[in-house]
Amino acid sequence: MTTPASFLTEEMRQQAIGRKSEPHTMEVEKGAIIKFAQAIEDDNPVYNDEKAARESRYGGLIAPPTFLRTVGVDRPTYPFDMPFTRLLDGGSEWEYFHPVRAGDRITAVSEIADINERTGRMGLMIITSIVVTYRNQFDQVAATQTSTSIRY
Amino acid sequence: MADQVFWDDVEEGMELPEVVKNPTTQQLVKYAGASGDYYQIHYDQGFAKNNDLDDVILHGALKNAFLGHLVTKWMGPHGDLKRLACQYRGMDIPGTPVTAKGVVTKKYQEQGANLVDCDIWLENEKGEKTTPGSATVTLPAR
Repeated sequence: MTTPASFLTEEMRQQAIGRKSEPHTMEVEKGAIIKFAQAIEDDNPVYNDEKAARESRYGGLIAPPTFLRTVGVDRPTYPFDMPFTRLLDGGSEWEYFHPVRAGDRITAVSEIADINERTGRMGLMIITSIVVTYRNQFDQVAATQTSTSIRY
Repeated sequence: MADQVFWDDVEEGMELPEVVKNPTTQQLVKYAGASGDYYQIHYDQGFAKNNDLDDVILHGALKNAFLGHLVTKWMGPHGDLKRLACQYRGMDIPGTPVTAKGVVTKKYQEQGANLVDCDIWLENEKGEKTTPGSATVTLPAR
């Protein structure tokens, strides 16, 4: 596949930055926490064992770090056609403010924080930084996740 | 609190106990189901090869979760994870072990909290850091 030498203009960048997704709400189910903990093979009782979790300082099951990505919020749409079909996840930075408990209702919104292009070994790449804010039913920000996606 | 690490006892340069993972294709399928990430490069070899990959690869987010496991296991039941960051620099494939490692880089107090920063990473069998990152935790004091 041949790629152009440049794609993203400053005007396109400014149109994209600040675009948000629709909010998406998910109830944190006990079974989903346990399945997730099993999938990552983390045997911490506060994720796996309801009785032990009740006796912990959390008073019940909590979700492991990174579980919130199961909320599955959409990415914001781009205000232009993206001529790159391949997608790689560049990394993630999570900040945690409140534990995520079984029974919580989490509402997530994603927003384009930055977008740039770069030429790498795979040719021209579009690098997007997306911040997802996860709020619980008390309107507290439980966590934020800043992730970098690479399109090429 | 037998398995509790205390802020007082932590020193810069201290290593976190390693967590070894042996991801299999079955684990990737379990993770796809549990996380809702059904991108085919993680379980469909033909699809992966059409995307210029030699094999199916671990989900970046699974590797992020492995690093979360490393840090939360170390900080103990009374520690709190404040920040967890990593970059997916190199790909990892199922069938080969990855080891989560970390080292304490900074110990400090801020607004009454006892904080510790760590460098963390996943290492493959060749000793390459495929997934470098960092984390911040609060720990209880004695």
